[in-house]
Amino acid sequence: MAKKVLMKGNEAIAEAAIASGCLHFFGYPITPQTEISEYMAKRMPKVGGLCLQAESEVAAINMLMGAAATGSRAMTSSSSPGIALKSEGISYIAGCDLPCLIVNVQRGGPGLGGIQPSQSDYYQATRGVGHGDLRLIVLAPSSVQEMASLTAEAFDLADIYRMPAMLLADGALGQMMEPVDFEAFPKRETPEKTWATNGMHGKRAKNIVNSLYIDPNVLENTVRERYERYALLEENEVKYEEYMTDDADIVLVAFGITARICKSAITELREAGIKVGLLRPITLWPFPKKVLGELADKTKAFLSVEMSMGQMVDDVKLAVNGKKPVHFFGRTGGVIPSVEEVVSETKKLAETL
Amino acid sequence: MIFADSPKLNIVCGHYGSGKTNVAVNLALDLRKRDAGIRICAADLDIVNPYFRTADAAEILRKADVEPLIPEFANTNVDIPSLPPKMMGMMRGDYAGAVSILDVGGDDGAVVLGMYNMYIRQTGYDMYYVINMYRPLTANPEDVYLCMCDIEAVSGLKCTKIINNSSLGAETTADDIADSVEYAKECAERCGLPLVCHSYCPEYAPDTPDVFRKRGFADEPLFAIENVTKRLF
Repeated sequence: MAKKVLMKGNEAIAEAAIASGCLHFFGYPITPQTEISEYMAKRMPKVGGLCLQAESEVAAINMLMGAAATGSRAMTSSSSPGIALKSEGISYIAGCDLPCLIVNVQRGGPGLGGIQPSQSDYYQATRGVGHGDLRLIVLAPSSVQEMASLTAEAFDLADIYRMPAMLLADGALGQMMEPVDFEAFPKRETPEKTWATNGMHGKRAKNIVNSLYIDPNVLENTVRERYERYALLEENEVKYEEYMTDDADIVLVAFGITARICKSAITELREAGIKVGLLRPITLWPFPKKVLGELADKTKAFLSVEMSMGQMVDDVKLAVNGKKPVHFFGRTGGVIPSVEEVVSETKKLAETL
Repeated sequence: MIFADSPKLNIVCGHYGSGKTNVAVNLALDLRKRDAGIRICAADLDIVNPYFRTADAAEILRKADVEPLIPEFANTNVDIPSLPPKMMGMMRGDYAGAVSILDVGGDDGAVVLGMYNMYIRQTGYDMYYVINMYRPLTANPEDVYLCMCDIEAVSGLKCTKIINNSSLGAETTADDIADSVEYAKECAERCGLPLVCHSYCPEYAPDTPDVFRKRGFADEPLFAIENVTKRLF
C-alpha cells in the first residue's frame, strides 16, 4: 500500500483492524457502517481471515464471543439500533473477560431513528450497553486517521486489560474521506493469552471461559477483580486532546466529529477576540475527569457540544464538580451542528461572563 | 471531456470514493462554461451512498443553470433507493437537446443502470470510468480493470473513457497527481480505453500545471476541478 491512501472512515477501521492482526469479522449490514463489512469481505480472504455476514446482529455478537474465547483478534461492527441488539452478548463478553472490538458508527435514534449521523449513544456506550456491573473501553475518533489508529489502540487495550473495547464513531466520520498513514501509529506490547480456549494439546489443564458463577461470593470476587483492572485503566489510559485551553475563558468540550466543528468555531471566535479552547475526550471511558477538574480552576465556563440532547454533559458536570457553570448545546435526529451555530452559542455564553 | 456534440447521456462511474461526484458536477459546470445555450442536466443516480453525493451540489448546479435531477429521499433519514420518473425520460432521450451527466453509485451501485440499459443504448452514451491511485482497492491497473469488469457486468454497459482523478483530498500536492500519470496510462492500457484527462483541484494543488511541465508531462491534458464536497467544518 502507498504510504498515504485516501479512505472513508469505515474503510480505515477495517484496514486498521486487519493490520492489527484481526482475523475474524462478524457483521450484519446497516447504514452508515456497511462499508466496514464490504471492505472486510474483499480483504479478509486475501489475508487468510474470515468475514462472515451473520443472520442477525445477535448472531454476530455471539460469534464474536466464540472467536474471542479462542484468543483470536476478532471484531464486529454495527450502527446504533444494531448495537442495542448486541447488548446482551456484549454483557456476556464482559462477564467472560474476553478482549475484542465492537464498532458503533452512530446514527439517529431512538428506535429506527434515521441514517444520518449522531452521538446519542454516549449513554449506551459509557453506561448502559449491557446488564450487570461492567465497563467497556470506549474510544472516540475524530478523524479518518484516528479511525485507524484508535482501532489498533482498542485491540491492544482490550488485550492488555482483557476486556471488550468499543470504538464509538458516527456516520459522518464513517462516510467522510481523508488521507490515512498506516505506518504512523505504534503497536503496544500485549500479554500472552494463557486463558484462551484454543486446544489443550495434552499439555495443560482445561481453560474455561464462562460468565456463570454458582456461588454469589465467587461472582462478587470475580466482579471485584474486574473492577481492579478498570481502576488501572482509569489511572493509566485516559486520553484527551487540549486545544488552546491555556488562556481560555470558555472551554468547549466535544468528541468525535463535533470536536472538528468546534475547532473551526474556535478559529472564528479567537479572531473575534473571544478566548475559547477545546477539551476533546478521546477515551469516553475512562473519562478525562482529572484534566477537566484542573481546567475548572483556570477557566470561567464550559460548553458541552454534542450531536444529542445532552449526554456527555453529565460527565462534564461530574468532573467540574460545581466549580464552574457547565452549559450545553446540541443538535439531534441526524442534524449536524454547523460551525456558525457553535460560534453563535459560544458568543451568547461569552456575553454572560 | 464532454462537448455539445457528445452523446446525450454521459455516465460517470467508478470505485466508490474515487471522486465521481466531484468529477460529474465539474463536467457539468465545465460544459456550461463552454456552451451557454445548451440544456444540461446533472442526475444523481447514487442508490448506495447515504451522505456525500450530487444532491449536495444542487445549489451550485442551479446557479450555473444546470438542472439537477435528485432522488426524492437523498439526504433524508431513510435508505430508500427510489428514483424519480423523470429519470426514465432522460434515459429515453425525451429531453429535447439536453446533454445529461449521470453520477452513479460506486462499484456495483452501477446496477441502477441495468433497468435503463436498453434505453441508454438506444439514446447513445459515453461512460467515464473515474480512477484514483490513492484508493487502496484500486491502487494498481489489475484491480482497476477488475472493478471495471464488475461495473460493466451489473450495468450491462461498457466503459468508454477513463478520467484520472487521483487525489488525497485536501492534502493533495501537485507531485501526488504527477506521481499518478504512469498509473493512469497503465490503467487505460489494461482497460483498453482512452485516457481523457488528469483532474486537479487548484484550491489544493495550484502548481499542478507547472509541476507537470517540469516533470515532462506538458502534453498530458489537465482538468481543473472545484471541490464541491459538502463541508462539515
